[in-house]
Amino acid sequence: MMAGAKNRSVLAAYAVAYIVFLYLPVVLLPLFSFNQSITPSFPLTGFTTDWYLALADEPEMHNALINSLKVAATTSVFATLLGACAARAFTRYKFRAKPAAEGIIMTPLFLPEILIGLSMLVVILWLGFELSLVTVVMGHVLVCLPYCVTVLISSFDGFDVTLEEASTDLGEGALGTLWRVILPIVMPGLISSLIVSFTISLDEFVLAFFLSGDEATLPVYIWGQLRFAAKLPIVMALGSLMLVASIGLLIISEIVRRRGERRLKPSGMDTP
Amino acid sequence: MGVIEGEGGSALAKLGNIKLSEAARGLALAMPPLAYTLLLLAVPILAVIYLSFTAREPDADGNMVMSFANYVRVWTDPLYLHLLARSVGISVIVAVITVVLAYPIAYFIAFESGKWRHLWILLITVPFWTSYLLRVLSWKIALGQSGAINSILLWTGLIATPFEGLLYNIGAVVTVLAHSYAVFAILPIYVSLVRLDRSLLEAATDLGDGAVRRFVRITLPLTQRGVVGALMVVMIPTAGDYVTPVLIGGKDGIMIANQIQAQFGKANNWPLGAALSVSTMLTIGFAALAILVLARKAGRLAR
Amino acid sequence: MNTPIISIRGVSRHFGAFTALDNIDLDVKQGEFFSLLGPSGCGKTTLLRMIGGFMEPSSGKIMIDQKPMDGLAPNQRPTNMVFQNYAIFPHLNVADNVGYGLRKLRLDKAQFTARVQEALERVGLSGLGHRGGHELSGGQRQRVALARALIMQPKVLLLDEPLSALDKKLREQMQLELRRLQRAVGITFILVTHDQYEALSMSDRVAVMFKGRIAQVAPPQDIYQRPASRDVADFLGGMNFIEAQIEAEDALELKLASPLTGPITLARRDGFAQGLGKATLGIRPERLRILGPKETAPIEITGTLYDKVYYGEVTHYSVAVRGNTQPLQVAVTNSSGGPELAAGSEVKVGLDRSALVLLAP
Repeated sequence: MMAGAKNRSVLAAYAVAYIVFLYLPVVLLPLFSFNQSITPSFPLTGFTTDWYLALADEPEMHNALINSLKVAATTSVFATLLGACAARAFTRYKFRAKPAAEGIIMTPLFLPEILIGLSMLVVILWLGFELSLVTVVMGHVLVCLPYCVTVLISSFDGFDVTLEEASTDLGEGALGTLWRVILPIVMPGLISSLIVSFTISLDEFVLAFFLSGDEATLPVYIWGQLRFAAKLPIVMALGSLMLVASIGLLIISEIVRRRGERRLKPSGMDTP
Repeated sequence: MGVIEGEGGSALAKLGNIKLSEAARGLALAMPPLAYTLLLLAVPILAVIYLSFTAREPDADGNMVMSFANYVRVWTDPLYLHLLARSVGISVIVAVITVVLAYPIAYFIAFESGKWRHLWILLITVPFWTSYLLRVLSWKIALGQSGAINSILLWTGLIATPFEGLLYNIGAVVTVLAHSYAVFAILPIYVSLVRLDRSLLEAATDLGDGAVRRFVRITLPLTQRGVVGALMVVMIPTAGDYVTPVLIGGKDGIMIANQIQAQFGKANNWPLGAALSVSTMLTIGFAALAILVLARKAGRLAR
Repeated sequence: MNTPIISIRGVSRHFGAFTALDNIDLDVKQGEFFSLLGPSGCGKTTLLRMIGGFMEPSSGKIMIDQKPMDGLAPNQRPTNMVFQNYAIFPHLNVADNVGYGLRKLRLDKAQFTARVQEALERVGLSGLGHRGGHELSGGQRQRVALARALIMQPKVLLLDEPLSALDKKLREQMQLELRRLQRAVGITFILVTHDQYEALSMSDRVAVMFKGRIAQVAPPQDIYQRPASRDVADFLGGMNFIEAQIEAEDALELKLASPLTGPITLARRDGFAQGLGKATLGIRPERLRILGPKETAPIEITGTLYDKVYYGEVTHYSVAVRGNTQPLQVAVTNSSGGPELAAGSEVKVGLDRSALVLLAP
């Protein structure tokens, strides 16, 4: 109905080509990370896992990894908490300032990160605070919030208010309802949001670069290593591991979300 | 759950019923995230705007001196004007390229992907979840003088000498940015296509429109919001991109963000950096506004 | 037993400038199956939600079991609700849904299971306790909602259009079951519905509501046969309206004249306040009959048949009559092979005096 068979296959071919273009550069990183040569070029000189093993001897990298995990974990909790407030407010209540509030919370998505980072840097230094992992978390929560709100809104949106009313009607107070009805139902959304913000924070570079001070996160560490050509294979090995971690987390989040969606299909009506 | 009004409720009931109205509860709940964003985004941006109107050196008493000098410099120095124009130019080109390339794939996923739709969306979004820095790094590996592309061409004998100009120019910057922001363009267009009522397309065909005419008269105007949204969400962040120009652009491909960073860093001229930041935002803002107006005009013409 | 279980006095509810309920007075008797019937937007659901505590009146008083309910939340009231979409908790199985409200009682496991089992049996769902809340059919969902509310042993059970989500056949079956269940448990049921057949078939009494006011409260037969006003008559199926004139009245009787029926005398109804002058008589289409050539009736009206619509068990004839702006609708049961009437033919319509009802304007 939408297009002729010929048009459709042209479109499909285009789609496949597009995906290839999307993935090709990303594949280079893991490919060369197993290559013996230090320079990433063809022909490949031989398979090795040395670069991965060498990661074990990079104490700086280990520090950066620990820093990144700390930042990502803290960020995901705070961004999800704040995001849950916003998502609940936007899906459950009507108020006049809603479009404005939504707009403001979504702004970081549209702004160049360097402007966010530098603006925060200016204020932090003016106020006399030290740059640290805390300031990185502050920045990361800000840029993760729009993503959390988006994920949580789509999870909260199907939530049927009468379920809360039913719980109250059956004798539960506000807290009991939250614990016994609301939380179990929105849990997949919350987990999704935690994972999404964790991943974004783990991978985020620009804000971390401006706000981290002496304590580097993984991306900042990688940025520092790019100056040394000899370190490139190790960086590629580390980068490959990060790719795998990010994609793994994304897939977990997707599974949790789907399962939740299937389990909690809004109690629909019977089709006669 | 409403507020008790009038004289109906007893005094006791009123006491027990100091409940917030629905609207007030919603606002109260939205307050923490809203306050956070305002505090960490709006306040710093205001601070940068203030900073941009100060002179580099404080006066004899150590007080800040208000000054327009930074703006005068930004808007008269050919170096900065050139960088501003180049950055906004690159961002507009990148936005248009990404959107034009993204539309067919969004269309494909929305209408032709059938039961594989979810898989396609996953495929499209996966690269987005990988570190932006690493994606740019991959491109650097691909485009380098002895990088993947050149070496594979040399190795297979397709060329005798490596291409010189793959890396470190504006073309490379545009390619990498278009690649990095692809998802941002696909998703809004996809959403607007999915929401499109298909019976409208059938009606158009029924009333005699061919595929092309139907696309121009129905599909495109009705997905205009998605297209404009995609343009915005690609254009605005790319204009201020920092990583790609540094790793891919080299000397000939630097953008305004590099200059801003330099002012806050090496040059240690924060007020000038602030003025550059504000000027960048204003310029992108005007470009965005221009696109919005153009899109609206184009939308009217299509009818 | 004579004191009402629910007593509503002067209850109003405003949403901004809109008045959803306008000074409602209503008593519901202990153990009664009571229906609130009306078109959408008439305020019936608002009233039900106020009884349940999901909304507060702007003014007025609601007493349940002689206790004022002002400011009490739903979890503090002796009422339970069956929601329109049933609001079955999707993350809990049937047994946990039904036993949801028992937590406060701190029962041990055996007692809990026994109570839930009993409730499930009552609604015909025994054995389905482990089924997930999201994998139920519409009818099952409704039964779970009922069991979940009844297990709380409420003084009043509130039902918000509980059958509207079901298909026609299941709906009719559930009407009977609900009625039977209500008799068995003896709890007062208050049902909100926009379906007159539902209200008529299940209720002890029906309140018909329009635009935030109660137009009439009466048992189903009275609501149908002796509607108080044109609105009520219209809402509960077809009604012929006959223009008439009140010519004399006293405390007991009214004397009317109409070009169609000639002079008639009707007993005065409670609360009928209209004085002399123009009035409207009503008669249901099935109380009119087409007279054969030799048949007679207390009142006979001659007219011209101009349309008929065949509905299976009945045929509706439209008969144009002189002296009435509206044609008369006559419903004839297709039981015996009556005369085949052609459009345009002249017919005699017959009726009994007792079938006429005087309507408030």
